[in-house]
Amino acid sequence: MTVRALVLTGFGINCDAETHSALSRAGAGADRVHLNDIIENPGLLDRYHIFAIPGGFSFGDDVASGKILANRLRYKLGAPLKKFIADGKLVIGICNGFQVMVKMGILPLFDGEFIQEVTLTNNDSARFENRWVNLGVTPGTRCVWLKGIESLELPVRHGEGKFIPRDDAVLKKLYTNGQVALRYCQPDGSPANGQFPANPNGAVDDIAGICDPSGRVFGLMPHPEANTFRTNHPQWTRKQIPQEGAGLQVFRNAVQYCKAT
Amino acid sequence: MPAKIEVGMKRGLPDPAGQSVRGRLAEDLGIRLDDVRVIDVYTIDAGLTPEQLERVRAELFTDPIIQESVVNKSLARDYDFIIEVGFLPGVTDNVGKSSAEGIADTLDRPMKPGEAVYKSTQYALRGALKGAADRPACERIARDALANELIQRWIVKSASEMAGLDGALLLGLPIVTERSDPEVHAINLDIPDAQLAALSRDRMLALELHEMKAIQAYYKDPDVRARRSSAGLPEQPTDIELEILAQTWSEHCKHKIFNAEIKYTDETGKKRTVNSLFKTYVKATTDKVAKQVDWLVSVFHDNAGIIKFDDHWNFALKAETHNSPSALDPYGGAITGIVGVNRDVLGAGMGCRCILNTDVFCFASPFYSGKIPPRLFHPRRVLRGVHQGVKDGGNQSGIPDVNGAIVFHERFLGKPLVFCGTGGLIPAKVAGKPSEEKGACPGDLIVMTGGRIGKDGIHGATFSSEELHEGSPATAVQIGDPITQKKMADFLLEARDLGLFTCIWDDGAGGLSSSVGEMARVSGGAEVHLEKAPLKYAGLAPWEIFLSEAQERMTLSIPPDKIDEFLNLARRRAVEATVLGTFTDSGRLECFYDGRKIASLDMEFLHDGVPKMHLKAVYTPPALEEASLPDKKDLTPDLKAVLGSLNVCSKETFVRMYDHEVLGQSVLKQFQGAQNDGPGDAGVIRPVPESRRGIAIACGICPKYSDIDTYHMMACAIDEAVRNIIAVGGRLGAIAGLDNFCWPDPIQSEKTPDGEHKLAQLVRCAEALHEYCVAYGIPLISGKDSMKNDYKIGDTKISIPPTVLFTAAGIIDDVEKTVSMDVKRPGDIVYAAGAGSLSRFTPNTRRSSRPP
Repeated sequence: MTVRALVLTGFGINCDAETHSALSRAGAGADRVHLNDIIENPGLLDRYHIFAIPGGFSFGDDVASGKILANRLRYKLGAPLKKFIADGKLVIGICNGFQVMVKMGILPLFDGEFIQEVTLTNNDSARFENRWVNLGVTPGTRCVWLKGIESLELPVRHGEGKFIPRDDAVLKKLYTNGQVALRYCQPDGSPANGQFPANPNGAVDDIAGICDPSGRVFGLMPHPEANTFRTNHPQWTRKQIPQEGAGLQVFRNAVQYCKAT
Repeated sequence: MPAKIEVGMKRGLPDPAGQSVRGRLAEDLGIRLDDVRVIDVYTIDAGLTPEQLERVRAELFTDPIIQESVVNKSLARDYDFIIEVGFLPGVTDNVGKSSAEGIADTLDRPMKPGEAVYKSTQYALRGALKGAADRPACERIARDALANELIQRWIVKSASEMAGLDGALLLGLPIVTERSDPEVHAINLDIPDAQLAALSRDRMLALELHEMKAIQAYYKDPDVRARRSSAGLPEQPTDIELEILAQTWSEHCKHKIFNAEIKYTDETGKKRTVNSLFKTYVKATTDKVAKQVDWLVSVFHDNAGIIKFDDHWNFALKAETHNSPSALDPYGGAITGIVGVNRDVLGAGMGCRCILNTDVFCFASPFYSGKIPPRLFHPRRVLRGVHQGVKDGGNQSGIPDVNGAIVFHERFLGKPLVFCGTGGLIPAKVAGKPSEEKGACPGDLIVMTGGRIGKDGIHGATFSSEELHEGSPATAVQIGDPITQKKMADFLLEARDLGLFTCIWDDGAGGLSSSVGEMARVSGGAEVHLEKAPLKYAGLAPWEIFLSEAQERMTLSIPPDKIDEFLNLARRRAVEATVLGTFTDSGRLECFYDGRKIASLDMEFLHDGVPKMHLKAVYTPPALEEASLPDKKDLTPDLKAVLGSLNVCSKETFVRMYDHEVLGQSVLKQFQGAQNDGPGDAGVIRPVPESRRGIAIACGICPKYSDIDTYHMMACAIDEAVRNIIAVGGRLGAIAGLDNFCWPDPIQSEKTPDGEHKLAQLVRCAEALHEYCVAYGIPLISGKDSMKNDYKIGDTKISIPPTVLFTAAGIIDDVEKTVSMDVKRPGDIVYAAGAGSLSRFTPNTRRSSRPP
């Protein structure tokens, strides 16, 4: 069976080309589809197994990052997306896509309802920054996208990536459910403990990515699609780095999961 | 009745935006406050009910996790003063526009004509400034740190004044009420020379007297008169005709100095005539090198130069400057600079996808402590604004920054230089035809896409063809809207692949006048109906509609049988597209307004009628002494001083704020080495995932040599860029170049008594460009010159040091073989190559490699 992936485009999304390329190289039949085409014909979603919201600056991050696209998806495609998830399919949101997902409440999706429980806001530095970070996959996470991965090096490129849960109860629930998927750490794998630059934005508990309780719906601030070749790694001229960039495995996992189910 | 919603961080949570402003006030103005909180204010003029307002407050404007908000009340607490900053009427308000879309989504109710949202920002200040006596300090904060009076307005209120206002709006609605005279006027040119010169100055035409006289003569021609009379046009030029000529003939668009005849006297007194610097030194270089390379695709005549990348793809490259706008509004000038050059590449061939940006800035020292002349900003503010503008423009457009520089010199106080470059990729064939071939056919429709037309942007081309002076117009200042442009670019590339248009052109500094005027050269004429053009607001005179530069706007020629499909796709992609007229083969550019003919210009006169300039250049080498170095044993303090100097110190803080890696093609990044903090030589990308071919981009710039000799300034800039490309693994024979000249006014006049010298410096510089590029085998594929980089108000004149940015692009056969500049391992051997020798330095310890 061909696993089909829909990569959302339009309104300032700008990582669609490389997200499309990564999914294709991971074995999916991927299409870039404009948001308006899906709104016009929500039945399009039925053709796909994976829905990807790439990074970018949807609506210029005006009002707040991801907010206006989040509302548009919620009002215009809320029901079809709920069905997409209920059908056991996969969703990923990267950077701006992650911001969109938490603001429309598609994550953390505690009880199947789109309710905003966490946010992503201004970095403590109050700056947009592009730098590479070390990431540790939380042991026991349910995230199917990270299956078999213990650590990752990826670039972050954002000004609003500071993860904040509504309260301690939400944070606790995320851990209990295995929804804390990815955390910033030091190069040796020890916790970043909020220290800049290991934790680039001041995220609570160094959280860089979360998933829904099923592990199929995943959002993260760092960019796996920007580390798919050896030469994407900033140290490739200094170290032995495998030919395939480590980020590609994230997409392979998704394709594998779809094939297996 | 307009309503307002105020949103701020919940009390008890930190406010990084406020803290950042607080730090800036302390650093820039020496004003230390206890606290600054930032409050976003959305003023909604849409007749919403209280229930609707509450709904958009909660669902759209407020992040429930971290923010609090109020409707028609004041949110700020515990402050001494509030400063609210909003836009002036007519200034692009991107957040307001997006908010309106958000409201329409939330309430499932489209915004009606006339309804709008306006964004402003409150800064609640606490500490240090308390009483009425501190109001001037608040005004200073607003003027010098928070707002730019050319585009913004502000109001200062004390806490007690706020208490009496009970949540009322602080700033009125920024609605454009000014109406231009809609009539088209004939302008009498049968006037004495002095009045002709005054007319050029007063109307901001930026035309020299001999050019005004050429226009005068054209309108006296009996044939022209007869034709005008039969077309129902006045004998004298209409205002729109005069403005079209001024725009088309502007230095900015026609490069008159580079095309002038120059009588040059060299340092030995030998005289010769240079007939066009462009033809003699720039084009001649490319013509010569073109015999040695087989990868030139399209040079000089399109929006950007195009070379071959591989058998399937071509690569376009262009760099532009946006100096004058950046001097008046650093943020707006810079963001329109970067998104503007993006459009040049989008408009190259049948439309290229932008894949990289470069940025090179020249400023005076941010630590400058002297007096700032009128109308100029402190260099620190210019640096911050320009950097932020380029950062926002590039990041929001999703185009990675791969290379750049920040250069400091005291004379950039008069005008900062803001070079923005862009590279793009296009399939070698589009819809079955070579993608570099384009041209409007007679009968094709003239279609404008993207942003609407407003008064901001009038006289962009003529304004940048002058020095910065007292009367430099605020209307030349615009703010870019990268998202509208991104939507348009995505749409146009889709339309390109469907073969829906025959030609695409950027609406450059002259708006429709420049794009339609250029595109009509191929078909042989055009007929434009200006009342059809979509406007931001009513009240523009016809000439303003045709001449106003708009950002995020492109013009296309579309065959009539493709127009429905094109307009339908535009609607589905939420991009505005409007048919404005038809390309013709009438030999004339004709404009109509409400059916009445208001302009008819011979294409030939319009494009080729500008008289050649005749200039004189005399070179006298400066009397300089070789610097003597003191005989010192310990140079450590000097080394530290050099490393800490502005031109050498790390720029990482600024560069990290650019997105380097969007599009996922990065191979060699700006920062390299064990800690990813050493600046690299050239940026390398791998633009096509299926191929290991790459593109290396580097630049060279050294204005500090100009006062010694501009010949070597140019030579060193080329050499620097080439060495950077070679150092990462590029090779001669596969390098293309761009030359971007920024010069002080080189025309001898009362205000420029040393014009002959400055022009001689330009001649020497162009000679070096030619000689070095031919020697290296580098074709110049595009370039630009900006020739009036002076500041003159009263007795103060500041001219920039003559500067050329040389951008080099090298095609790399295999990116896996590129080399980063860092030292890799202990024990590695260091070689020095150059000056005909290759020497080996033997390391004297295992840990460090030192030259003897």
